[in-house]
Amino acid sequence: MNLRSIFTQLLELVLALALAPLLTGWINQCRAWLQNKSAPALWQPYRLLRKLFYKESMVADNASLLFRTTPYVVFGTMALASAIIPTVSTNLPLASAADAIALVGLFALARVFLSLAAMDIGTAFGSMGARREMLVGFLAEPALLMVFFSASLISGSTSLTTIVDTLSKQELVIYPGLAFAAVAFAIVALAENARVPVDNPSTHLELTMIHEALILEYSGRHLALIEWASSLKLMAYLCIGIALFAPWGIAAGSTPGAMLLALPVLVFKLGLGGALLALLETLSAKMRIFRVPEFLATAFLLAVIGLLVHLLLVRP
Amino acid sequence: MQWLHLDWVLAVLAGLLCVALAGVLSLHRFAVVSRVLFPAGGLLGLALSGIALDALMSGTEVAVLPVGLPGLPAHLRLDGLAAYFLMIIGAASAGISLFAAGYFRRGEGTPPGLLCLEYHIFLASMIGVILADDAYSFMVAWETMALSSYFLVTANHRLPAVRSAGYLYVTMARIGAIAILLCFGVLQANTGDYTFANMRLQELDPFWASAGFCLAVFGFGAKAGVVPLHVWLPEAHPAAPSPVSALMSGVMLNTAIYGLLRVSLDLLQVTLWWWGGALLIIGLATALFGVVFASVQTDMKRLLAYSSIENMGLLFVGMGLTLLFFSHDMQPMAALALTATLYHVASHACFKSLLFLGTGSVLHATAERSLGKLGGLIRRMPWVAWFVLVGVLASAGLPPLGGFVAEWLLLQSFLFAPGLPVPLLTMLIPVAAALIALVAALAGYTMVKFFGVIFLGQPREEKLAQAHDAGIWERLGMLWLAGGCIALGLLPTQFIQLIDPVTRQLVHEGIGPGAIRNGWLLAPNGVHQASYGPVLFLLGILACIGLAALLVRLLYHGRIRRGRPWACGFPQVTARMQDTAEGFGQPIRQIFEPFFVMRRELPSPFDAAPKYRVEVEDHFWAWLYLPLANLANYLARLLGMMQQGRIAIYLLYSFLTLLATLVAVMR
Repeated sequence: MNLRSIFTQLLELVLALALAPLLTGWINQCRAWLQNKSAPALWQPYRLLRKLFYKESMVADNASLLFRTTPYVVFGTMALASAIIPTVSTNLPLASAADAIALVGLFALARVFLSLAAMDIGTAFGSMGARREMLVGFLAEPALLMVFFSASLISGSTSLTTIVDTLSKQELVIYPGLAFAAVAFAIVALAENARVPVDNPSTHLELTMIHEALILEYSGRHLALIEWASSLKLMAYLCIGIALFAPWGIAAGSTPGAMLLALPVLVFKLGLGGALLALLETLSAKMRIFRVPEFLATAFLLAVIGLLVHLLLVRP
Repeated sequence: MQWLHLDWVLAVLAGLLCVALAGVLSLHRFAVVSRVLFPAGGLLGLALSGIALDALMSGTEVAVLPVGLPGLPAHLRLDGLAAYFLMIIGAASAGISLFAAGYFRRGEGTPPGLLCLEYHIFLASMIGVILADDAYSFMVAWETMALSSYFLVTANHRLPAVRSAGYLYVTMARIGAIAILLCFGVLQANTGDYTFANMRLQELDPFWASAGFCLAVFGFGAKAGVVPLHVWLPEAHPAAPSPVSALMSGVMLNTAIYGLLRVSLDLLQVTLWWWGGALLIIGLATALFGVVFASVQTDMKRLLAYSSIENMGLLFVGMGLTLLFFSHDMQPMAALALTATLYHVASHACFKSLLFLGTGSVLHATAERSLGKLGGLIRRMPWVAWFVLVGVLASAGLPPLGGFVAEWLLLQSFLFAPGLPVPLLTMLIPVAAALIALVAALAGYTMVKFFGVIFLGQPREEKLAQAHDAGIWERLGMLWLAGGCIALGLLPTQFIQLIDPVTRQLVHEGIGPGAIRNGWLLAPNGVHQASYGPVLFLLGILACIGLAALLVRLLYHGRIRRGRPWACGFPQVTARMQDTAEGFGQPIRQIFEPFFVMRRELPSPFDAAPKYRVEVEDHFWAWLYLPLANLANYLARLLGMMQQGRIAIYLLYSFLTLLATLVAVMR
C-alpha cells in the first residue's frame, strides 16, 4: 500500500460522492425528455441536498437513538460500497477488505438498518415500507450474489478488482452465462434502487410506495443523507454493471495518464447506463406489489441458470 | 504430579457436580442459589473454556476412569475436536450462567435449588458427552443430558402445553438415542469391544459403514432437529425457562454436530461420496424449512427455535460439503468447508444464546411471549435492546459480525469447488450455493421482524409502559455473549488458528496460518482470489460515518425539533396501525404457501368485535407423525386384547410361554 494507491482510493470515493447526485439528475432529465415533460436542471439534486441540509430536522417524540443514527450508518455503508467498487482504477487498498460477498452484505446491512429505523416510530407506513423493502431485499440479495458468482467462476475470484482485471484483459468473448447474469442484474438493479416497475422514486401514493414509505419520517439533514446515500447506491449499482459487463477502460494501475483516460470513459458509460435506465423505466409500467416476488424470482432463477450454463459449457 | 488438561477438565466437571449438590442442599434458599451457585457455575464455565483453549494447542490426552460397571471402565479422551467443543460449551455457558443468576425468580414452578441441580447436571453431562471415548460412557452421558434437559424443559410443569412439549421431547430423544446405540453396535464390527479406539481400527465394508453412518445421521439429526425429525424442537426449546432455552439451542444442539463429526470423520475409516450429498440435501431442506417457518412465527421464542433449525441445516450443509470433498481427496477444500462449519458452531452458540437470553429479559419485564402484544421496548429496556440488536445482526449474517464470517467461508468453499468427478454434484453445488444465499437473506427478513416487532414502534399493550430493564447480572451475561459475537466477527484470522488443529485432526489439512495476509486479512486462497478484512471494513464504515457526522455538524447545524410523527399527515397514530407479527410474515406466507397448513379465522364485515387469526403449521405432523402415532395406538390396542384382567388367563400365558421355552431348549 503506497501513497499513490491511497490517493487513488480517496479519488474514487470523492468522485463517487460528487458525481452521484449528478447521475440522479441526469436520469431524471432523460426520463422527463422521454416522457415529453420539461426537464429539471441537471444539478437539481445538489440544490435539493443543500436545501435539506440547511433545514431543521423534525424527529418524532418517540424516536429512539436507532432512528437518528441510521442515516449516518446508511450513508457510511454506501460510501464504503462506492469506495470498493472499481470505477477508474483497480488499484484500491480498501477493496481487499471486502470482496463481492462482503459488498452484498454491505448493501444488506444498509437495508436492515433502514427497515429497522422505519419501524422505530410505529406508523402504519413505516412498518409497511419495512416489510416491503425486506421482501424485495430477500429475493434481490441472493440474485445479486449469484450474478457475482457467475463472474467469479470466470475469473476464479470473488475479489472485485481481480474480476475487473480478468474480464477487461480478455479479448471480446461472449460468455453465455454472463448474458443470463446481465438480465438478472438489470432486474435486481431496478428493484434495489426503487425504480419502476418495482417502485417509483417520484411517487407519494400511499399504497404503492416502498422506499418512500421507509423514509417518510425523515426530514432535514437526515433526509439529505439518505437521499445522497440513495444516489450513491444507484451509482454503485451502475458501476457494478459496468465492472461486470463492460469493464474496458478501467485502469489497472494508478498512473495519472491511465486514470485521466479512464475518467471520461467512466462518465460516458455512466451517462449511457443512466439513459438506458430512464428508457427502461419509461417503457414499463409499475407492477402490483404481489407481482414483484415473481419478477424477482425470475431474476434469481436467471442468475442460477447463468451459473449452470457456465458450468455446463466451460468445463475446466 | 503434573496435572494434564484432562485432569483439569475433570476437576471442572466435579466442581459442577458439587454446585449441583449444593443446590439440593439449599433447596429453598433462593439467595444462595442465585447469588452464589449460578455465578460459581459461570466461573467454572469460564475456567473450562480457558483449559480447553490451552488443550487445543497441545496434543491428545487419554485416561481410563475406574467408574461404571465392573469390567467396563470409562474411557476418556481430550483431542482437538473435543477441546474445541468444550471451549464453546464453556464460553457460552459462562454467559448463560451469569444471566441465570439474575433470572430465576421465587415461586415459579420447580424450586430454585432443584433447578440448580438439573441445570448443572445438564452442563456436566454435555462435558461428559464430549469427553467420552467409549460407547457406554457416551450413551450414559448422552442420556443424562436428555433426561436433565427434560426436567428443565418441564420446569413450569403446571401448564399442560409444557407437559406435552416435554413428552414429545423425551420421546424423540429416546428414538434418537436408540439409533445412536445401534450405530455404535455397527461400528464395533462384532468385536465386542465398544471403545472408540477399537472402532477406529475397524475397516468396515461400504454397506456396513453406510448403515452406521445413516444411523448416526438419524440419531444425531433427531437431536439437532433436522427435517423431518424437527417437531420437538419448536415445542421444547420455547417451553423451557429462557436461560435453559439458550443452553439447549446455543449449546446442546452442538453436541449433535460434535457426535456426527466424531462418527463420520473420526470413527469411520471410509467416506463415501454420497454421504456428503445426502447431508447436503438434508441440510438445505432443513435450512430453508427452518427459516421460512421462523419468518411466520408469532411467538418470539418459537421464532428463535425455528431459527435454530435453520442454523442446524446450515451446519449440516457444511458437514456435507466437507464429506464430499474429503471423499474425493480434496483435503484443502474439505478443510475450508470444515472451518466454515466449526466457525458457524461458535458464532451460532454466541448469537442464539444471546437472543434467547434477550427474550428471557423481555418475558420477565412484560410477562408476554406473543409478538403481537409487545412493541416499543427499546425505550423501556435500552440495554436489552442494544444487546439483542448485536445478536440480531449476527444472526442475519451481516458484516462485520460473527455470522457473516461463517457464511463467507461457506460460500467460498462452494464457489471454488474444483470440478467434482460426479457431474450431478457439480450441478448441485451452484444450486446449493443459491439456496444458502436465499436462506441467509430470509434470515435477515426474520430478524428484522423479530427485532422490529419487539423493540421498535409503539407499545401494543398498556402494561408495557411498566416494563423494566434487565438487572446487572442479566446485563453482564448478555454483554459477555454480545462481546463474543463482535469478537468472532472482527477477529476471524485469530479464531481460525484455533480451528486449525481440529481440521488437521479430522481431514489432515488446515487453512489456519495460510489464511492470513497482511496480518488482518482473511484470505484462504490468496488475496487476488478472495479476501475479507473485517477490521478494515468496520474502520472504513466508521470513518465514513464519523466524517459525515462531523462535516454535517460543522458546515450546517445540529438542530433538532421534536414533534408528533408525520405519518403522511394522518392525525391519529395508534399502536394498532403498525404491522403485527402476522402482518409482517404475510408476504412469506403467500410466497411459500405450499409449505404451510394454514387455519384462518377471518372476520365478516358485520362483526361487532372483529377478530383475525391465522395459525400456521407444517405438513410433517399430518403426513408423517399422525399416521405413525395412529399405527402405534392400533398395535397397542391389538396387544391390549391379550390383557383380559383375569388371573386364569395370565396363568395360561405363563404356562404356554414355559412350554414354548422348553420346546425351544429341547430342540
